[in-house]
Amino acid sequence: MSGFDLSGLTASFGGERVIGPLSLQVKEGERVALVGKSGAGKSTLISLIHQQVGRTSSLVPQDLGLVNALSVFHNVYMGQLDAHPTWYNTLTLIRPFSKDSAAVRELLKDLSMPEKIWVPTASLSGGQRQRVAIARAVFRKADMLLADEPVSALDGPMSHLVMKLMSKRFPTSVVALHDVELALQYCTRIVGIQDGQIALDEYSERLSPADITPLY
Amino acid sequence: MFSSPTVRVSFLFVAIALVALLFADIAITAANPWKDLGRFFMGIVTPDFFSSEGVAVALLRTVAFAFVGVALGSLCGFVLSLVYRNPVVRTFCAFIRAIHELFWALIFLQFFGFHPLTGVLAIAIPYAGIFAKVYSEIFEEADPSPGRLLPPGTGVVSAFLYTRIPDCWVQLRTYTAYRLECGLRSSAILGFVGLPTLGFFLESAFSQGHYSEAGAMLILFYVLIATMPLWVKPKLLPVYILGAPFFLGEGLPIVWGNVERFFTQDIIPSPLRNGDGVGGLVPWLGDVMANEALPGIWNTLVLTQIALVATGLIALLTFPLISNHFGGPVRRTGGHVFLVIARSTPEYILAYILLQLWGPSMLPAVIALALHNGGIIGHLIGRQSSAIQLRPDAITGFNRYTYELVPRVYRAFLAFLFYRWEIIMRETAILGILGIYTLGFYVDSAIQNIQFDRAMVLIVITALLNIGVDILGRFIRRKLALQTMPTC
Repeated sequence: MSGFDLSGLTASFGGERVIGPLSLQVKEGERVALVGKSGAGKSTLISLIHQQVGRTSSLVPQDLGLVNALSVFHNVYMGQLDAHPTWYNTLTLIRPFSKDSAAVRELLKDLSMPEKIWVPTASLSGGQRQRVAIARAVFRKADMLLADEPVSALDGPMSHLVMKLMSKRFPTSVVALHDVELALQYCTRIVGIQDGQIALDEYSERLSPADITPLY
Repeated sequence: MFSSPTVRVSFLFVAIALVALLFADIAITAANPWKDLGRFFMGIVTPDFFSSEGVAVALLRTVAFAFVGVALGSLCGFVLSLVYRNPVVRTFCAFIRAIHELFWALIFLQFFGFHPLTGVLAIAIPYAGIFAKVYSEIFEEADPSPGRLLPPGTGVVSAFLYTRIPDCWVQLRTYTAYRLECGLRSSAILGFVGLPTLGFFLESAFSQGHYSEAGAMLILFYVLIATMPLWVKPKLLPVYILGAPFFLGEGLPIVWGNVERFFTQDIIPSPLRNGDGVGGLVPWLGDVMANEALPGIWNTLVLTQIALVATGLIALLTFPLISNHFGGPVRRTGGHVFLVIARSTPEYILAYILLQLWGPSMLPAVIALALHNGGIIGHLIGRQSSAIQLRPDAITGFNRYTYELVPRVYRAFLAFLFYRWEIIMRETAILGILGIYTLGFYVDSAIQNIQFDRAMVLIVITALLNIGVDILGRFIRRKLALQTMPTC
């Protein structure tokens, strides 16, 4: 089971309320896009949802949270650290098992960067780093994806490839996006955030880009 | 100018040092100080590398004790750093690192005797306390976000290995390598209390007037430290660490009866041992305080404050020597050589040499502390000043020093200086063993008189004094908002 029903979500920074109070219900199988101008509170909402439903979701935060000193393989493998005993993880740190490296390589192929598997993430470009964080989220095999601007550093074709992969791998997702076209094309539902409140909540098929523009 | 708090604090410390100078015993008492100094420098320029096999053995033992002690210390320090949040662990670490290596050696000598374990533990114990503190600071600075993204249910060990260690690895390695260099210096001075390292051979060469032999030992010691990047390689480390215990020498066997006697009799305060009960403890403690502790504390404070300001002066005077804002490659190379020698020579060895030449007073100690610590800070500040970009038409010469550079590096300079305050005090106390009336002198005399109970009280007082100065130094750094890295 995935999806959630949260109410009374609020967040404040320095005494000033940035989000809510608001309620958000997401059903299993829904792919929700959070849209709105920067500073509207999308990132805050994503991390609020993650705090509430943490155990069942994969998170791709805006700062990615990669361990720069480790290779791409190890960063992706970290998505499954809970699935193996400590000795196995320790050995993997020194010398990965071929079964795991094959699985990670497959995944990186889908993100068209299999040749980078043993490169330290510190030496990757911004777009490559973003894809590593997505690969880690996918590798975790959670039911739900929470992602904050996961394709902001990717070019057109690559962002389509990644959005497609994420829709295929996660039945349920909540993704903050600033690209309205991507949101309409890959998500089933659009939630517009304005001044910390939900200003729009509608199924994608009933919306056109023009309906969303007033939010910006 | 006096509106700046850093300037006010600086002048306050200069004023304290000037007052301390009135009470300090600064003199050259040797009959012929300059002739002896000349003979010593002749020894340095005419080193005799083949006088005896002692030189090679001394260096081998020095390296072996350093490796075993630092490896053990870093291992224990690492384990302690994982639980460093615990206030009991924190206090314990502060206490063991507040006691100087030589004091630990003096303690262990009383019951382990000249067994290699004495030297190993004397290095490993205080280093474990230092490693625990610095490692935990490094771990705290690691990026916390990867840890938050781990799947729930990830084991603590796996999480630590994947999110902390890789992120901190470079810093851990750099700091441990720096400590290994410190370990070589610590190991060398352990010879002064009789362990078979460099200090022992240096002392005997000096006392017999074999200046060329002493010169050779010092030169080889500098070469050993300067070439560390060449011979300390990550791949060779396991070989060194596993091999080092076999080169510590035989020493003398441990007499376990001594160990038992030390803990059950020697360190029990004498009124308790003689059956005077707790009532006898007060006059006994009063006697220790009045005749040993208080004069020791007073002299330690006086010497520390003078040495602190002298260290600052040396650092400010020497950093331009290696700064690339002043012309000439010759001066820079010369500056580097001078600063490497100043910071590679342990204070204790410098003080020992100067005491031999000038006779006992606080002067050799001040010069030794200022040269060593000033060399370290001068090196760090000089490197920092080279990174400063000046506008192309910036003034040159002395005005460049006073207007462009000193104001920019002054905060960093003060941060390093207050960081080293506690280190200077720890060394000041220990220099007492050489015959200056600081706390180390009274500890050493108590041990000579087989009054270990008194020695232990004095060592604890020294440790508390160091902890106090450390807290004060940190308070001033926080008040002035001075940042510093741990590697100094």
